[in-house]
Amino acid sequence: MQQRRELDQVYTNRKLLNGQLDTPKWWLPTVSILGVVVLIGVVVIATMINKGLGVTGLARPVYWGLFITTFVFWVGISHAGIMISAILRLTQAEWRRPVTRAAELLTVFSLLTALVFPLIHAGRPWRIAYWIMPYDISRGIYPNIRSPLIMDPVAISTYLTGSTLFLYIALLPDLGNLRDRTTGWKNAMYTVLSLGWRGNPRQWKMQTVGGILLSALMLPIFVSVHSIVSWDFAVAAAVEGWHSTIFAPYFVIGAVHSGVSAVVTMMALMRWLWKWDDFIRPEHFDALARLLIVVATGWLAFTFLELTFALYGQDAPEIALREMQMFQWPWNALFIIFFLTAYAIPVPMWLFKRVRTNIALMFWTSILVNIGMWLERFLIIVPGLARRTPFVYTWEAYRPSAVEWTIFIWSFAWVTFLMLLFSKFFPLVPLFEQKESQVFTEDVMIGRAKIPAIIREAD
Amino acid sequence: MTTAEFGTHKWGMVVDVDKCIGCNACVIACQAENNIPINTQDRVERARSISWIRVERYWEGDFPDAKARFIPIMCQHCENAPCEPVCPVYATYHNSEGMNVQVYNRCVGTRYCANGCPYIVRFFNYWEPVWPESLRNHLNPDVTVRSRGIMEKCSFCVHRIRRESRNARSAGVEIADGAVQTACSSACPTSALNFGNFNDPDSKVSKMKEDKRHYTLLDQFGTDPNVIYLAKIDADKKVGAGEAATHG
Repeated sequence: MQQRRELDQVYTNRKLLNGQLDTPKWWLPTVSILGVVVLIGVVVIATMINKGLGVTGLARPVYWGLFITTFVFWVGISHAGIMISAILRLTQAEWRRPVTRAAELLTVFSLLTALVFPLIHAGRPWRIAYWIMPYDISRGIYPNIRSPLIMDPVAISTYLTGSTLFLYIALLPDLGNLRDRTTGWKNAMYTVLSLGWRGNPRQWKMQTVGGILLSALMLPIFVSVHSIVSWDFAVAAAVEGWHSTIFAPYFVIGAVHSGVSAVVTMMALMRWLWKWDDFIRPEHFDALARLLIVVATGWLAFTFLELTFALYGQDAPEIALREMQMFQWPWNALFIIFFLTAYAIPVPMWLFKRVRTNIALMFWTSILVNIGMWLERFLIIVPGLARRTPFVYTWEAYRPSAVEWTIFIWSFAWVTFLMLLFSKFFPLVPLFEQKESQVFTEDVMIGRAKIPAIIREAD
Repeated sequence: MTTAEFGTHKWGMVVDVDKCIGCNACVIACQAENNIPINTQDRVERARSISWIRVERYWEGDFPDAKARFIPIMCQHCENAPCEPVCPVYATYHNSEGMNVQVYNRCVGTRYCANGCPYIVRFFNYWEPVWPESLRNHLNPDVTVRSRGIMEKCSFCVHRIRRESRNARSAGVEIADGAVQTACSSACPTSALNFGNFNDPDSKVSKMKEDKRHYTLLDQFGTDPNVIYLAKIDADKKVGAGEAATHG
């Protein structure tokens, strides 16, 4: 284990507030470039809504394509927040502290992005308010709550509300800190946002209790959100490859796999961009990678089950679908890339501690996982529809159009753009959590080396 | 017995596959009746053509003993339809006359229903429909022109049913058996397509569906369709009833 410097509070403040109190040199050019990409994406989305879905590559029988795949992908990424901040908080895993805010932020922004996709993929997006809101109950037309497409917005907006509150409560002490260090309009902004935070014991108690309560309240969402997303597919009884009973837990564990990997990607970027080597440390990557090995292996078991279910039932159409997914061009190429990137390359690498504590390797393997997990969703959604069924008379007709790819790229630029914008005004690593962890940590002497030992986890 | 009261009928179709000669008259009649945009070459190639009814041609046996077979396929108006529970806005639902109806105004175009349909009879409007100037005045005023972004499918010519029941009600009589004909059934030269009321035990379709050749498509999904097929009779092979049910 590496030796750790003791970080005093002045140093912590100075380092972690450097995004807000100064502007790093790379910040403005990066945000400008991302802003241009976001703007292009918005124009393309507006054009698509104006012209109609004919501009996409969708065609019978593939009625859902890149948009729904990307929707499921971003909902999956959003599971990072709840995994890291709720579950690890309740299980008192000390190493979570520096990454809680980044994970929550990823949750909020990826959910905001995910919500865009079901709206724009609809033929008449301008009628979506009618769709989600039961505003015309007086006319006796209530939304069809049997449809997972109604449960989706309910679950996702609950998740979004919970995560936003969670993020805000955790932000309060840091907002008070920033208020005391700024002047002018910024001071006014932080004064309003910090809700009169003075850091007295009563406020600390309320803030802590609020955080724990929200964690507990959000636990059911951990199970529900991606289960419901999986039912979008699982209830389609006539679609082989979709109507699987294991989809709910399969999607949830896949979501944790991709979400936690996205947190690793983000941690590496934060460490490089803001030079937070003292706060985001190899131990954190080590811990996350160990968690990922378990999650990824659980997920692999589900993948294996899903692919082999057809063999138990000897269900000819489903066996045909699996053959198409695994052995037919171009699905077989995607399948190989998917399997290599989602499991076969990263997980064996993580078994070595040298890899787990190597930031660059962790960065690239976590990117691989998310490429693989995106492909996993694509391989579930599209071949399931493009398969050859008794009465289909055109098949494999889907090729994503340039419009769809642009909107796909837009979603990544948009999440990054929001993150960087956030980092200008709010600290990405929670200062108070960082300081609290210093209190909970004591050093033990082994020989001459001073080794950090986490006392909270010992009992 | 038939009455003009709403909800007392169970409309359905009996398709005698043995009589189908694959002439496609039903397809053309349906296109004209229901204001379906012209399926241009481009739309067909892009797999975006719309045909509420289609005649599928398939081969039975190996060359040189191959035989061409035809089977007309339209919305099966399933009693237990996979498309209905998934629609978030009830744009497609089962009405009290045994029909699976599509409410264009309610549809927002999630295309979820089309994913669920094993018969591939639901169609999405990718673009605003256009007709050549010369055909503008040929549109059927009884049928809504569907805008872009919504689903459509065979309606069992619901406007014709409504017209007949209105007429019958105002005349104070019952709808006579055979008075309501869909565009496809009235265009069929061999009476392969037969439309009527399954609730009336004396109607033509009720008697036809008692034929031992009857079967429904894709029985394994348990959709319980209101379109009943009567199997092809092959004089050479002397096959029994239900042989054609294995098609597909």
